[in-house]
Amino acid sequence: MERKFLKRGMNFNIILVGESGMGKTTLVNTIFAGHLVDSQGRRTVQGPQRKTTEIVPTTQVIEENNVTLRLTVVDTPGFGDQTNNEGCWVPVIKYIKDQHAAYLERELKPQRERSINDTRVHACLYFLNPGSKGLRPIDIEVLKRLTEVVNVIPVLAKADSTTVEERAAFKKRIKEELAMQRIQAYPYPSEEDDEEDIALNNKIKELSPFAVVGSENVFNENGAPVRGRRHAWGIINVDNPEHCDFVHLRNFMLRTHLYDLIEVTAQRHYESFRTQQLRQIKEMRAAQAQNATQMAQQQQQIQPGATLFKQQA
Amino acid sequence: MEASNQKKKLQGYVGFANLPNQVHRKSIKRGFTFTLMVVGEAGIGKSTLINTLFETKIFPIKEETVVDAQTGVEITSMGAEIQEGGVKLRLTVVDTPGFGNSINNEENWKPILENIESRFDAFLGQENRVIKNKITDNRIDALIYFIKPTGHSLRAIDIEFMKRLHTKVNLIPVIPKSDTLTQDELTGFKSRVMADINYHQIQIFKPNWDPLDDAETVADCKDMLAKIPFAVIGSDKSYENDSGKTVRGRKYPWGLIEVDNESHNDFVKLRRMLICTHMNELKDATDTVLYENHRSQKLFTMGHVQDNTVFREYNPAAYLEEERRLHDLKMQKMEAEMNAVFQQKVQEKETKLKQSEEELYARHKEMKVNLEKQRIELEEKKKKLMSTNRPVTPIDKKQKRGLFSL
Repeated sequence: MERKFLKRGMNFNIILVGESGMGKTTLVNTIFAGHLVDSQGRRTVQGPQRKTTEIVPTTQVIEENNVTLRLTVVDTPGFGDQTNNEGCWVPVIKYIKDQHAAYLERELKPQRERSINDTRVHACLYFLNPGSKGLRPIDIEVLKRLTEVVNVIPVLAKADSTTVEERAAFKKRIKEELAMQRIQAYPYPSEEDDEEDIALNNKIKELSPFAVVGSENVFNENGAPVRGRRHAWGIINVDNPEHCDFVHLRNFMLRTHLYDLIEVTAQRHYESFRTQQLRQIKEMRAAQAQNATQMAQQQQQIQPGATLFKQQA
Repeated sequence: MEASNQKKKLQGYVGFANLPNQVHRKSIKRGFTFTLMVVGEAGIGKSTLINTLFETKIFPIKEETVVDAQTGVEITSMGAEIQEGGVKLRLTVVDTPGFGNSINNEENWKPILENIESRFDAFLGQENRVIKNKITDNRIDALIYFIKPTGHSLRAIDIEFMKRLHTKVNLIPVIPKSDTLTQDELTGFKSRVMADINYHQIQIFKPNWDPLDDAETVADCKDMLAKIPFAVIGSDKSYENDSGKTVRGRKYPWGLIEVDNESHNDFVKLRRMLICTHMNELKDATDTVLYENHRSQKLFTMGHVQDNTVFREYNPAAYLEEERRLHDLKMQKMEAEMNAVFQQKVQEKETKLKQSEEELYARHKEMKVNLEKQRIELEEKKKKLMSTNRPVTPIDKKQKRGLFSL
């Protein structure tokens, strides 16, 4: 089975949600160690000032040690960028649900394909604003909705502007607020987990939200090439766990929980979507049936009335 | 008689060169006021920057942001009286918590603009009072706008806000948390921000210099101008840096960024411009340009019409001529008037007299008629008597005499 798996390769779809300038694109390029996506920020005076959240998916096929990964990164330029951000999450939720719907449609077809191209979104990286002492109103609104349809991994963007103490305080604050608002971020506890998994999940939960720094630039520090950001007061090494949590995030997403992310999407989010849809269809059919019987009844009522009329005439 | 504007050379020491010192002493005694407003989204570093600028804890660092999507923008103000080198400064900092914090931030600029204008109106009211007491100046001298360091360019909310307020207040845009961006990213970001500002024709405060100033000051000003918008960090914590000196800054695992180090950020330049060199210019600009514009606008909308005749030069001889002419005119007018009145009266009298004449004539005629009637009556009576008394007797004669004697 592994060989088939290797031959077929896997689909992995991530969606990045956060305001412009948070470092979404840079982070993705850093995680996958290559320039996969271009930043969609406005760089010129006449540049596009997006009035709504746009959905921009980019697909690449990357390979490592004979394992192919069909990676789709979905960017959301325009999210949270306007003065009035009411409903800026609607296109995002719609996109995610559409992917579930497309998969469901293919599943329901009488003659299915050998392997359905899985475009369902497996992970959502939600970028939190550095500096806010907690969740902002827009964060709460969007997270509530996102966690219902996709695995959400909260991330603290541009962590190089926060000191170690500030980060710790922020993480604590976020976890409290998430619990208070009953927002469940990934990973979810499950009964199937054995002790190892539970320990790993706990460690991840402690680090969440991940304070990350992204960089595609490589510098020379003490002879060794280092990915990082260079300032006048020091160089931030992206791969150094003392500088930021990037390494932990990458390991978590790709090395340990990649398959889990895909599976949980299929089992939890897709299934709940499927149940909802089927129930809706059932209800619709029931409503239609009821309408039909009602119409028939009305017809019957009219019939005797009509005969009565005829008699009178 | 024109005032001579020639500069005359003095032949001895008069002493009014001491005037600047007198002004200096008086202003120190009086003390200075400065009102600053800070606008930016929550957690961007407003309180920290103010505390760092004035080296004193004016704002308590908020432990939690008010997460309430419905509050909108509030206006709060903190005052502090600080002293340095014998000079007293009454500093007021106006904060705007809630800006940019809701989901819908479309009207966030409104309460801020209203606050600024109401301060102008209050000043206008005081100016127009009949009895002027000591005027308290609450007008905002400068507004520091905090631009989020995204690295891209200005956000929609930034452009909207600055466009609405740049004609009412001295705008000083500032990039806080500048340790987020590397030097290259910062240069790119600053140039894109300035491109946006110029494209939307937003007027920000730019430090000016006098052509008479010395070269050092001019160079200083030019330096400041080149660095706008200032990229700053703030900190109230101190650490020891590599050279053993204790400095204010932020300590990271990869290094220590120093607040007062000009190669790390533009904080020193901001402080110099805001406080050392251009504080008075800010106050001046607020008073002469911004306030006056607001005042004219307000008075025009209230219906006042500009009367430019009050601006004519005052010339005494011409004034007297004018007056004499006016007086003559007045006299003429009065004369004409009196004439008219006289004529009118004469006419009236004439008509009256005519009327009475006619009346008398009528009466006269009437009387004449009456008399005629009477005479005719008498004649008849006479005839009658004469015809009845033919044989004339002495009685007749007597009677006749009697008649006549009657």
